[in-house]
Parts: sequence; C-alpha cells; structure tokens
Amino acid sequence: MSLLQEPFADGASIAHRLDPRGRVLAAGAFAVLMAAARTYAAVIAGLALALILLALARLPWKKVGARLLVVNGFIVFLWFVLPLTYPGEEVFRLGPLAVSRQGLLSTGLITLKSNAMMIALIALIATQPVNTLGEALQQLRLPGKLCHLLLFTYRYLHVFEQEFQRLVQALKIRGFRAGTNLHTYRTYANLAAMLLVHSFDRADRVYRAMLCRGFKGKFYSLRTFSWQARDLVFGLLSLLALAGLLYLEWRDAGSL
Amino acid sequence: MHISEGVLSPAVLAGGAGLAVLGTAIGLKKMDYEAIPRVAILSAAFFVASLIRVPVGPVGLHLVLNGLLGLLLGWAAVPAILIALVLQALLFQFGGLTVLGVNTVIMAAPAVFCFYAYRPLLRRPGKPAAVGAFACGASAILLSGLLAAGALITTGEAFLQVAELALAAHIPVMIIEGIITLFIFRFIKKVRPEMLEGMYE
Repeated sequence: MSLLQEPFADGASIAHRLDPRGRVLAAGAFAVLMAAARTYAAVIAGLALALILLALARLPWKKVGARLLVVNGFIVFLWFVLPLTYPGEEVFRLGPLAVSRQGLLSTGLITLKSNAMMIALIALIATQPVNTLGEALQQLRLPGKLCHLLLFTYRYLHVFEQEFQRLVQALKIRGFRAGTNLHTYRTYANLAAMLLVHSFDRADRVYRAMLCRGFKGKFYSLRTFSWQARDLVFGLLSLLALAGLLYLEWRDAGSL
Repeated sequence: MHISEGVLSPAVLAGGAGLAVLGTAIGLKKMDYEAIPRVAILSAAFFVASLIRVPVGPVGLHLVLNGLLGLLLGWAAVPAILIALVLQALLFQFGGLTVLGVNTVIMAAPAVFCFYAYRPLLRRPGKPAAVGAFACGASAILLSGLLAAGALITTGEAFLQVAELALAAHIPVMIIEGIITLFIFRFIKKVRPEMLEGMYE
C-alpha cells in the first residue's frame, strides 16, 4: 500500500469546487491571523470557523481524526513539559512538581491554535491535488522554478516510493530483519543510496527526453481556473470572518 | 524535527520566513532550468528515503539526511527542502503554513553549512573522507536541533526546558545519521562517483 496518498484531495463538496487560488489565499490569511492571536476568544472562534470549513468539505471524519491525532504529537509533548516549567502562579502540585496556571492557559491556547490551523489546512488546501496546487501557486505569481520543482518532485515521489517498496521486498525475500545493529544500518544506508543513484540516472534521462520534446523552461497546462460567483461569495465571507477574528482579538487584548 | 503550527511567536515566524525566502531566492538563482529535474528527482528520492524507519532500541527513527542533501545540492538544497516540507504538510499534515519558513531554515541552513564545511575533507581519500561523511551527517542534525531550540527559546523563556528536551532528543538521531551518511557516501563514491561532482566546484 502506498504511503503517499492524498486522502482528502478527491471529492465533490463545495470546498473541493472552490477556486484553488482563493482557497490558498484564504488559508494563508487565516493561518497568519491564528499564529498571531493571543486571546482565547479569537482562537476559539477560529477553531469554530475551521470546523465549519471541514464540515463543508465533507471529508471522512475518521480519517481526519486519525491524522490530527498523529500530528498532535508535538502538542502532547508540550503538555508534559510546559505546564510544569512555565513561570507563574501555582494551581496544584503533582508530587514535587508545581503546575502553573499560566502554563496551563498558554499550552491550552497553543493546542487550540495549532489544531484550528491544521484543520483549515486540511479543509482548504489538502482538498486539492498537488498538481492543481502547483498551477494555482504559479498563477499567484510564485517563482516559476519553484512551482516546477513542486510539480516535478511530487511526480517522482510515487516512482521512488514504488522503487523503495520493491527494494524492501527484495530485502524481505532474503530474510532481512531490522534490529539495532550495524548490519541493519549498513543495509538501510545501501537501500537509500541505491534510491539516490537511481534518481541521479533517471534525472539525466528525463532531462534529455524533455529537450527532445522542445522544453523551453515553461510548463503548459490545459486547465484554466475560472473565478465564479461562488468564489466571490467565499472571498467576501472569508474577509468578513477574518475581520471578525481581528475584532475579537482587539476587544480582548486591547490592541492588535 | 518539525515545530508545529501555533507554537512560535509571530516575530520568530516572520524572521524564519524572511530567511527562508532569501535562501530560496539564492538557491533558485543558482539553479538553471537544466538543474530543475535533477534537483527535483533527487529530492523526491530523499523524501522517500526519509520514510525508512531505522530501529534504535525500542523506537524507530526516521532518516533526515539534510547533511547529505546539502553536500549533493549546495544552495539548491534550500528550495528542495522547502518543497519537501510543503509536501509533508499536504500529504501528512506535518508542520504547516506559518511555520514553513522556520522549519525550512532549521533543516536547510545546516545543509548549506555542510556543503561548504565538508567538501575539502570529503575530497581526500580514505579515513579523512570517512570521518568527514560521519561528521557531515551528525553535525547537520546537531545544527538543526540547535536552530529548533533557538526558535523555541526566542519565542519565550518559558520554552527553555522544552527546547532542552527537544535538543536532547536529537542526540540519538545525530549518531544514527552520522553512521548512515557515512555508509551512503561510501556507496555513492564506489558506485556513481560522478554524483559527487557538484561537490568539487
């Protein structure tokens, strides 16, 4: 089974059908605002907005939940450390360790923020295939070379993933079992090196094939994006929602 | 290795983004169109190689290989790593939009450092090259750990212990990366020495 699926990219929901450029811009603005937010009011409202977007994207809840659980690893680590080490007023003690009120509050805020941003990313950006995103970024005037790099890297990920699976299978057939020893490390290093060597050879062939087909430094796409009425509505609603978040932040923090 | 969204302060995020844009611009400038497929295909292979879980006692560690990537690609490693992080955010939801800059700096700055620091050592035959390859893999991770700790501490002094623990977690990775980088370097030198040519510029 491939490790490199895009589990959320396909769908016919409203979130999938919105113009990719609008979605990228909205997700970016939302993430910047959330990253800067310091108040619970703004962050909770942001989380609610992200959940609404997720509901609109009609993704399988189970898969989204499983993803979120995995990416919360760093947050869990913070919960083990930050409340105990954050300077501030003591709420209760765990043996010799004092749990600080400020520590709990700040870890809670980080948790909500982080999840709001990840959910928005899933709902708005992970709902488009990488190829579409590459084209959208190019239309948003990102450097052409960078977009080509994204499209190319993504194109070859799957090739090398299959190659990787084949090499792993070859190892298994020969009775290889991974353990904490130098033999394992050398074997894995050779496996990785083999992938790199193959990639080097392939790059040469690919470039020559591109030259044969008249490559002049630009990719042409048959897809055209069309900005429609629903994108305008989405854009206006996003602006309104972001303004609302800014208002909450300003009301509770006293400044921006 | 990744710092999650929502943890760092806006100032640190902005600083990281600025440095990442600068590094990416330099990297793209040094890349001509001929280099795009080479850089992309190599970084796809690196991305897949980082899916390998190397057992260390009871836990499995993922390879990072940013030292080796820097050695092979030089400044082009910066856009390559940026793209890899974008793909990780898209495919696995690791990292995110606002920490993209900081995470790129954490991974790519050591790569560029390794490109300049270890080339002389690696050009020599025998033992110096072996020592250089190990040091290249290990020091790239050490630097990444220091940069990540630095990003956390500049966010707030409350993160001091978090930063210390995060740095400590890098130590086993450092040793494994050193060993694996050494073996990969030997393999490439034996099988396809022309891959290391970029190193001799």
